[in-house]
Amino acid sequence: MTIDYAKVGLKAGLEIHQQLNTSAKLFCNCPPKLFTEEPTITFLRRLRPTQSELGQIDPAAFFEFQKGVKILYEANNETSCLVEMDEEPPHQLNPEALEIALLVGLLMNAKPIDEVYVMRKTVIDGSNTTGFQRTCVVAMDGEIMVKDKKIPIQHIGLEEDAARKTGEEGNVIRYRIDRLGIPLIEIATAPVIYSPKEAEEVALAIGRILRATGKVKRGLGSIRQDLNVSIPNGALIEIKGVQELELVSVVIEREVERQLNLIKIKEELQKRTIKKEELKEEFSNVTPVFQQTECKVIKTALSKGKQVFAVKLPKFTGLLKKELTTGIRLGSEMADRARFWGKVGGIFHTDELPAYGITKEETEKLKKTMNATDQDAVVFVADSKGNAFDALKAVAERAREALEGVPEETRAANPDGTTRYMRPRPGAARMYPETDVPPIQVKPEYLAQLRSQLPELPEQKMQRLMMDYALNEKLARQVLDSEYSQLFEVIVQNCGVSATTVAVALTETLKALKREGFAVENVSDEQFIELFRAVGSGELAKEAIPDVLGWLAKNETATVAQAVENLGLGTLKPEELERIIDDAIRDNAALVKERGTAAFGALMGIIMKQARGKAKAESVSELLKKKLKQFA
Amino acid sequence: MNKETLSGYKGDALQALKKAGAEIGDILRVTKDDRTYEGILIPRSENGNHKHIVLKMRNGYNVGVQITPTTKIERIGVGAKPTFQPPPLPKQKENLPKVAILSTGGTIASRVDYRTGGVRPALTANDLYSVVPELADIAVIDAEIVFSLFSENITPKHWTEISKNVAKHIEKGKSGIVIAHGTDTLGYTAAALSFALQNLPVPVVLVGSQRSADRPSSDAATNLLGAVQAAATAPFAEVVVCMHESISDEAIVFHRGTKARKCHTSRRDAFKSINALPVARLRDGKLSMLVEDYNKRESNRKLVLKPDFDEKVALVKFYPGMNPKTIDWHVENGYKGIVLEGTGLGHVGNHLFPAVRKAIEQNVIVAMASQCIWGRLGMTVYDTGRDLLAMGVVPLDDMLAETALVKLMWVLGQTKNTDEAKRLLKTNIAHEFSPCSMYEEEKQYDD
Ligand SMILES: [Zn+2]
Repeated sequence: MTIDYAKVGLKAGLEIHQQLNTSAKLFCNCPPKLFTEEPTITFLRRLRPTQSELGQIDPAAFFEFQKGVKILYEANNETSCLVEMDEEPPHQLNPEALEIALLVGLLMNAKPIDEVYVMRKTVIDGSNTTGFQRTCVVAMDGEIMVKDKKIPIQHIGLEEDAARKTGEEGNVIRYRIDRLGIPLIEIATAPVIYSPKEAEEVALAIGRILRATGKVKRGLGSIRQDLNVSIPNGALIEIKGVQELELVSVVIEREVERQLNLIKIKEELQKRTIKKEELKEEFSNVTPVFQQTECKVIKTALSKGKQVFAVKLPKFTGLLKKELTTGIRLGSEMADRARFWGKVGGIFHTDELPAYGITKEETEKLKKTMNATDQDAVVFVADSKGNAFDALKAVAERAREALEGVPEETRAANPDGTTRYMRPRPGAARMYPETDVPPIQVKPEYLAQLRSQLPELPEQKMQRLMMDYALNEKLARQVLDSEYSQLFEVIVQNCGVSATTVAVALTETLKALKREGFAVENVSDEQFIELFRAVGSGELAKEAIPDVLGWLAKNETATVAQAVENLGLGTLKPEELERIIDDAIRDNAALVKERGTAAFGALMGIIMKQARGKAKAESVSELLKKKLKQFA
Repeated sequence: MNKETLSGYKGDALQALKKAGAEIGDILRVTKDDRTYEGILIPRSENGNHKHIVLKMRNGYNVGVQITPTTKIERIGVGAKPTFQPPPLPKQKENLPKVAILSTGGTIASRVDYRTGGVRPALTANDLYSVVPELADIAVIDAEIVFSLFSENITPKHWTEISKNVAKHIEKGKSGIVIAHGTDTLGYTAAALSFALQNLPVPVVLVGSQRSADRPSSDAATNLLGAVQAAATAPFAEVVVCMHESISDEAIVFHRGTKARKCHTSRRDAFKSINALPVARLRDGKLSMLVEDYNKRESNRKLVLKPDFDEKVALVKFYPGMNPKTIDWHVENGYKGIVLEGTGLGHVGNHLFPAVRKAIEQNVIVAMASQCIWGRLGMTVYDTGRDLLAMGVVPLDDMLAETALVKLMWVLGQTKNTDEAKRLLKTNIAHEFSPCSMYEEEKQYDD
């Protein structure tokens, strides 16, 4: 579906979160790194929604609490201390992180705050052990230019990253607290973005400025883009956690498509003249229908003593299978809700039956039991009565919302650019001061000092890359937009390898490897430097770079020497190379005799098959030419 | 305009706000150089400087704006005073046990005013039901505010007052008493009540929290629910301290009032039973006893109230090179008792001997407890210990130093006769002495 975004009236804003590469976390001295081993410390918690002065509690949070949701935290001593466990008050705000945020603020022409206050933003899903995220605004009212358009930057903030979810079993959610407390800079634009492409350009421009500080982390998960997307007659939808820049435009395209289709469904429902009151929360036990079923999911559930419950959605037939955007149907939106509110595995609905081992007869019997006509849809789940009722209640609620069009909600981005229901949109920001951390005054003298040492802006850097390193424009731009632009200069200045070789390796080669599925973000700065030192000193041919990088991506803690050994690489000694060439000439004596020096091309191919990555092509060709002349 | 309407503001900032006619909670527009801030005026911390005003902006963030001579402050909206609309109260079940909750200052429940960022304690019974509705399934609550003090400001006079209050509620037929208390000196108060409230018919449960009640992760509600459940139904009738057993929200333990000590500055499981097992554990809603020797609940038993304490008692910690005049000073200033917190098995340097001897000669009771925290005195092992015993120092075996202090205050509140006081001091009244030092008791501290 091609969409004219100007006509549709799309408005989007970006909120970019980027991890900072500081030496310690934001409120303690733990190193900002993750661990992959088994946790050595675990503890169990419950988070109780705090009541506000107005007597309100976040309904989603209170619901989770009532369901008895528990959180099992995983930790080890290398990546967290009592602060992350919420067993010790936070230390002072990390001055290194504050300085980076102020630098970014100044680069974006924003106005630093005179006195910075750390706030507690209530987050009760377990991703923060405290039940809130510590966050502060550092600068406000900046702007950046993107393709000659002024993009206002509403604020630049600093906040602690959350724990990462590692699993969910029944009503126990597992989170690992290694990531908790890693400093994140937050950049929020005004909602002045009018097309998916423009969103991607703005995200790219902000990313360049962030990298200009040289103090940001790289790799998957180190940057997360939140989007807010709205169209007239649709709704303002907040989408969390887009991890790849390339996905920003896709997510917006899909979201606009989803909203447009939901509006169409609303119009269709109006045509079918359904009233909200008709979508009742009346649930029936339809277990008898499935007594002999061959459907595995239902069979398993029944064997565990669970039952099947159903709800009728009058006049909804055909709408549940209607695709909203690639892979997302109204039925899947209902399933998301059912999973969230009912903790069920999923739902079945008549639009997709017979299928999953459910027969036509069972479907008919179900409809009959539910007094459903061909106009109606029936949704059912197999679970405990409590969970099933919560799930079906959520389904009925979602159906009623379909009459209104697009429900306001917070959604999470999937890796393919689609989104899923995450939680209802929270009310007004629930923030109150973090009284354990004293406010920080940003003194004019300090700001003057920062202003005098601002890093170069992306466009200046672009010019310098072309001038100083003789890169062509394309390569220079690739280096600028890469997460490795800082490392590029370190390598070129220290390893004795040509700038172009380094630039190609750090941009095109890595991109190609990534496409082939190599986890190149695992390769550390130290490994890169070691690799290019080896190339610079002639120990390794530059042709071997892709193979070595690919191997290092799979062997995180290994050395370049180990890579060379395992791959059978390394530079040939002159006498070894000579022997290979001699052997080739001898094996092809007839050819050499016949063509003389013109046999060069054919021989070169044969020799390079053995010598690739172990000898420079130039040295091979030089020696081969010499040898051929001797024979001729 | 008085101090409250511009709480915390001083100097330049106060003058500028007064000039603008602004009060806390008003919506202000502050223009300075080329920038404008709009937000609600927030109270300023008493220790903040005089130059900044704090605004809560529409996005919820607070920012501090420095006032300069050219800063313009306009009042563009009058602050709406928050009116608390509590959710409907849970239904009272009249047949449940009646429990008194006495608050002394420890905030066990609170709600947040997100508009101004203020945190307000919930103190009345209705407040407590509203914030921790599960309470209504356990007991009928009678809440009373005895006083509102940080626990470091609580003195022996307050112990007396709390004891009398507890007695009053027991008299009224309560099934148990819960006392909310700041954790810093909770152990001292627990020991004091253990001596002041004798022959208890029902449990007296002191409860605190290590994470403030305004945060979702607070241990306050879990501890409070545990305390109320124990007060309502536990089989024991003793003074106990109710806190988390570990850093998980899984088990609550009840420490004996005379054996409980705060051993960590910030962890949820800061309280430990020293040289003893906790009395009971509450897990998954079930209370199980961990000791066999305890005073059983018996509602017909008649409480004996002995609420008097003599404050002229000191706890003196020995350290290398300590000046003996420290002891002399106490004697000269009318102290009747000194608990020495000695090293190891119960020692102080022999340069203190003359001072100790003089104190005892002047009828000051000098007792010994160990600064090792864990373990029992052994004052007959070395010469130093034997010499101190010969002088008349009273060895307090495995009693906690803090409990020893409280007990000596209480003893001297009961009698002025030195021999009688010494006899009382050595009498096991509330499990402050354990008969044996068990290996098992230490196991709980292994991680
Ligand atoms: Zn830490």
